Amino acid sequence: MSILIDGNTKVITQGITGDAGKFHTLQAKAYGTHTVGGVTPGKGGQEVDGIPVFDSVREAVAATGATASVVYVPAPFTADAIMEAADAGIELVVAITEGVPVLDMTKVRDYLEGSNTRLIGPNCPGVITPVSGDSGCKIGIMPAYIHKPGNIGIVSRSGTLTYEAVWQVTSVGMGQTTCVGIGGDPVNGTNFIDVLSLFQDDPATEGIIMIGEIGGTAEEEAADFIKEKVTKPVVGFIAGATAPPGKRMGHAGAIISGGKGTAKEKKAAMASAGVYVVDTPSVMGERMREVMQG
Amino acid sequence: MNIHEYQAKQLFAKFGLPVPHGIPCDTADEAAKAFEKLGKPLSVVKAQIHAGGRGKAGGVKLVRSAAEAREAAAGMLGKPLVTHQTGPEGRLVRKIYVEEGSDIDRELYVAIAVDRGSFAPVMMASAEGGMDIEELAETRPEAIVRERIHPSHGLLGFQLRNLTKQLGMTGPTAKAGMKVLAGLAKLFQELDCSLAEINPLIVTKSGDVVALDAKINFDSNAMFRHKDLLELRDLNEEDPKEVEASKFELNYIALDGTIGCMVNGAGLAMATMDVIQLKGGSPANFLDVGGGANEQQVTNAFKIILSDPNVQGVLINIFGGIMKCDTIAEGVIAAAREVELSVPLVVRLEGTNVEKGRALLQESGVKLETASSLDEAAEKIVAMTS
Repeated sequence: MSILIDGNTKVITQGITGDAGKFHTLQAKAYGTHTVGGVTPGKGGQEVDGIPVFDSVREAVAATGATASVVYVPAPFTADAIMEAADAGIELVVAITEGVPVLDMTKVRDYLEGSNTRLIGPNCPGVITPVSGDSGCKIGIMPAYIHKPGNIGIVSRSGTLTYEAVWQVTSVGMGQTTCVGIGGDPVNGTNFIDVLSLFQDDPATEGIIMIGEIGGTAEEEAADFIKEKVTKPVVGFIAGATAPPGKRMGHAGAIISGGKGTAKEKKAAMASAGVYVVDTPSVMGERMREVMQG
Repeated sequence: MNIHEYQAKQLFAKFGLPVPHGIPCDTADEAAKAFEKLGKPLSVVKAQIHAGGRGKAGGVKLVRSAAEAREAAAGMLGKPLVTHQTGPEGRLVRKIYVEEGSDIDRELYVAIAVDRGSFAPVMMASAEGGMDIEELAETRPEAIVRERIHPSHGLLGFQLRNLTKQLGMTGPTAKAGMKVLAGLAKLFQELDCSLAEINPLIVTKSGDVVALDAKINFDSNAMFRHKDLLELRDLNEEDPKEVEASKFELNYIALDGTIGCMVNGAGLAMATMDVIQLKGGSPANFLDVGGGANEQQVTNAFKIILSDPNVQGVLINIFGGIMKCDTIAEGVIAAAREVELSVPLVVRLEGTNVEKGRALLQESGVKLETASSLDEAAEKIVAMTS
């Protein structure tokens, strides 16, 4: 079992003929993802390593029955690509692209209101359900080989910190149900609570690692949700304890403004919700193993 | 991207927001001439730096003659201005703005910022202008009115009426106020701002509504569609190392510690700083080399880190995913040789081909230590530099 995606998910790539889109699509396909098509306006009819390319998402969906898409198109066109996917009835859109203008994302959120489309990202590594047997799916840029099927769900605002967590979980002999990078932007499609709720309802997920960072109040809201609704053990880490206020730390959303959004506040909120908060990311996997063994 | 007050006011004027007449000046003589040109009994000389708190720090002076304007300008230009936002070293004043004085009846506060919770810009307004808004939000949050600005429809008529009413505006003043608030919302959305703030927005004794101050920050990610606004960027206001790093698409932020760090990924870069501190050291910078940490990127990153004279050691922490560890190791070795590294270096690699990568590092002859975890790497570099 898993959340969001599994071995049957049919995926198309928006921006499949670009360097990043092509590279990561072929990596995903090699891992076992059902990559059924790609979209690049004006390049319909071509093929990328045997994968058919379409001019629009509507055409791609009609021809392939895809229910998920991954967006690699450049930042100026990302909002349009997401809305095109939603319009075509895609259920899960994973936007990898970094640097999307935040006001574009406010329009996207408004467009998605009331639709059946879930957006993950933008500015995220993607979603992966590790392959076991013939079931598994990778949508995104994460290195596949560090993952192993197991019972831990991982949700994070940061790409490489997710890889750290995955690697540690795998190294201590456990594995992952699904790993979700929700992205480092201030306005995104899916937040911690959405993913925590899915993990809570997924019988295969027995423990959760949640990785936050400075900026905003998503971790505090997640802590309230955990206190009320999550019965599974959660190990948490927050990056940015040493970040100076008023500076954007790489991610557009990672900024302490008006004295709000500090790592200290977030850690305190999570600890009071019963989350096993660690001060160094080096021990996320180890702590999870200890907690799972009781 | 931030801009100066006088630049923000020029944009305000374009969007129909009333601002006092003013003239930007580079010298004290120009300031004296500007006073005469404005021809008002009272003008204000304002230091132009990208930081708030100028008034309390002596960066805003009332002047009543050309001679006073010259004196006030001479007292600011070429000197650092220290405010609560600049740090103890202050910010060098290179430009001042001479502006006609205003006949203030009431001071109000208006600002727009993107609210993560409601996925939209939100206008915040308060009848208690001029004071520190963060303090007001803390002590009397009910004194701040909020209206969500619809991402597509903008700020609507009924919202404008509600806002001006809450600000105590009536009659022609309310009408003028609505025009200002609507203009600010339009400016925010059309120019891709991340912050637009008027503190104070004043009502004059004759009932006019005027933006006495102006602060605008832009979303850097949206500047591809506002090439004209890029000309407003003042590189003097930015850390030269940060400017240099941005040329190579490296995300660098200068800090005041002694251990330089080079990491791939923003979250991991922050976590690396945190662990350095946890182990008793202090980070000299935040630096994200991005996903493709090749030799060129690593060399440029080294040069920028080492241009900070406080750096006594360097910690490299790379999680090799798509980019394999042996490729990264080759890049680190070549870069360390090119920059003739003279401070201790600890490299922590993890991920694809990690054994190959570590072997390359150890056999290279470059003086460095390797570590297998971030904790171990931080412990080593802290020990080597203290």
